Amino acid sequence: MSDILLSIENLETCFRTPEGTIHAVNGVSMKLEPGETLGIVGESGCGKSVTMLSILGLIPNPPGKVVAGKALYRGQDLLKMKDSEIRHVRCSEIGMVFQDPLTYFNPVLTIGRQVSEPLEVHRSLSHKEALDQTVEMLELVGIPRPKERLNDYPHQFSGGMRQRVMIAMALICSPQILIADEPTTALDVTIQAQIVELVKSLRDRLGMSIIWITHDLSLIAGLAQRMAVMYGGFVIEEAPVEDMYAAPQHPYTLGLLGSLPRLDDVQGRKLVSIEGLPPVLFKKPTSCPFAERCNFRIERCNLENPSLRLVDKCHRVACWVNPETRRENQ
Amino acid sequence: MNQDVLLRVEDLKVYFPIHRGVFRTVVGHVQAVDGVSFTIRRGETLGLVGESGCGKTTTGRAILKFNRPISGKIYFDDQELVGLSESRFRPFRRRIQMIFQDPYASLNPRMTVKETVGEPLMIYRLSRGVNLRKEVQGYLELVGLSPQYVDRYPHEFSGGQRQRIGIARALALRPDLIVCDEPISALDVSIQAQVVNLLKELQKELHLTYLFIAHDLSMVRHISDRVAVMYLGTIVELASSQDLYAQPMHPYTQALMSAVPIPDPKIELQRNRTILTGDVPSADNPPSGCHFRTRCPLATEICATVKPRLNEVSAEHYTACYMISKGG
Repeated sequence: MSDILLSIENLETCFRTPEGTIHAVNGVSMKLEPGETLGIVGESGCGKSVTMLSILGLIPNPPGKVVAGKALYRGQDLLKMKDSEIRHVRCSEIGMVFQDPLTYFNPVLTIGRQVSEPLEVHRSLSHKEALDQTVEMLELVGIPRPKERLNDYPHQFSGGMRQRVMIAMALICSPQILIADEPTTALDVTIQAQIVELVKSLRDRLGMSIIWITHDLSLIAGLAQRMAVMYGGFVIEEAPVEDMYAAPQHPYTLGLLGSLPRLDDVQGRKLVSIEGLPPVLFKKPTSCPFAERCNFRIERCNLENPSLRLVDKCHRVACWVNPETRRENQ
Repeated sequence: MNQDVLLRVEDLKVYFPIHRGVFRTVVGHVQAVDGVSFTIRRGETLGLVGESGCGKTTTGRAILKFNRPISGKIYFDDQELVGLSESRFRPFRRRIQMIFQDPYASLNPRMTVKETVGEPLMIYRLSRGVNLRKEVQGYLELVGLSPQYVDRYPHEFSGGQRQRIGIARALALRPDLIVCDEPISALDVSIQAQVVNLLKELQKELHLTYLFIAHDLSMVRHISDRVAVMYLGTIVELASSQDLYAQPMHPYTQALMSAVPIPDPKIELQRNRTILTGDVPSADNPPSGCHFRTRCPLATEICATVKPRLNEVSAEHYTACYMISKGG
């Protein structure tokens, strides 16, 4: 298995709250190949961000805790690393971009200082060399007049520009993997299109792998090669994007795609709505987490939680029911 | 006057002063809405789309007198609203209601559902006592909530449920027009569809007219009969939603549409994208002439002179662009 860059196995993460323990991630496994773009899709609270924060050691403990699982990056378990080691990984091996750039940056330090800092700390470059590389990087992500903007503060950039700076900061030590956690959710569509195009061109140029977390199914269609749909702390379906959009298998994925208005819709189509609410995970689910809202539910769904199984080449689904026949899968 | 028209907005301008210095002197104006005209017919939904800061919310709020226009006219049922005093406006406030974007901020956390939904009924002396409670329960059922929730507080509800409470509050006075200000953008995808379907059903049942403000073009297409596209305080294109999406004419509308992703990898692969460069200019100092010219791929000298007016280029399809009215 030398062509797997990152492999997450049976990851479980909990949060202790005054109301009880919340089981946010309940045994997630996924793999990432070099140069591949993986999309992770789900609604708020499904565990998509927590999975990524867990493997990078960014879950504050307490209240959070990674209770089980492995995250192998080139054969090394990220979850067993010391603080200093994982910090090195976060800087130079796996970069991360977050949803809200304004809360991510330090407001009282200049952009030049913040973007160049990893180079001085982890690559031991001199201040001047680091700044030169920073200018190059800012230019690469499309900041106009980068040299003049080094001494500007985060609030002096517009939302789209700030997101570009954050991408520059994540990529400054040329990581192998870029994890993007809803980086365009706070942006307007035209700016979102700019950022997506930017990330695509950087991917082709730098040859990195990307994990793109989003709740926007439309966005993933043109961006990723493979995608995983999460619900209630589980991956419930995983497939190459073409298969996923052409033949979704899990009732939740079917519902999500049906609830999405499309720019090229036929006039007057009624949106499919998924009734009910996502579960609050005070207990680790023992039955299918989606059963309560599912139209295809059979008796077995309330008794056992289905695990992911292969239905087609590379297409895996966690469901007891076959959506075409509405019968139990054998 | 046309009987069909419920609301007519003419050359509406809303500017906000910018204060600077110790004496708070006015140093300029944010031209949030800069000459907007449109009509809404009885029973239809007009979608108002645009990116953040284009003035779509300000336009909606001006109709409810939440902010004061510096010029322009708003006719509701042939009655001019802009000059009306607060007391003369009160009967109209009953007929025009609003649903807000953020279901967490728009409900008072210390008021029960009964108090929130019932307050407008009490203020207009339409109901009280036991009847009030019954009526509130009726509205809860209408928006798909259990009547048992009547004594609960907002924190006991999810985002989608809160938005339903906001809708019940807007319906309580049996309005004619509801201004929906991004009512679904704070909700999860699967919940968005629930709320949109509810709004559509209510419209049919109660003969409501909507001004639907949103930034999500796919959703606006889904709910609207006609759509107006705004950019930097002005409407650049207005057409039936069928025409607009089949044949967008204004370069901004075209760029906006091509920026919206479609959930189908095959289509996405074949799409030719027009990606706009740069950011939206600041509204306190918009470009001269056509506000879009600084990012427009078609711009020429004429665009910098005078602001183009909305022209009817084909039946019921209006656009404000020199390049199109000249046949380009």
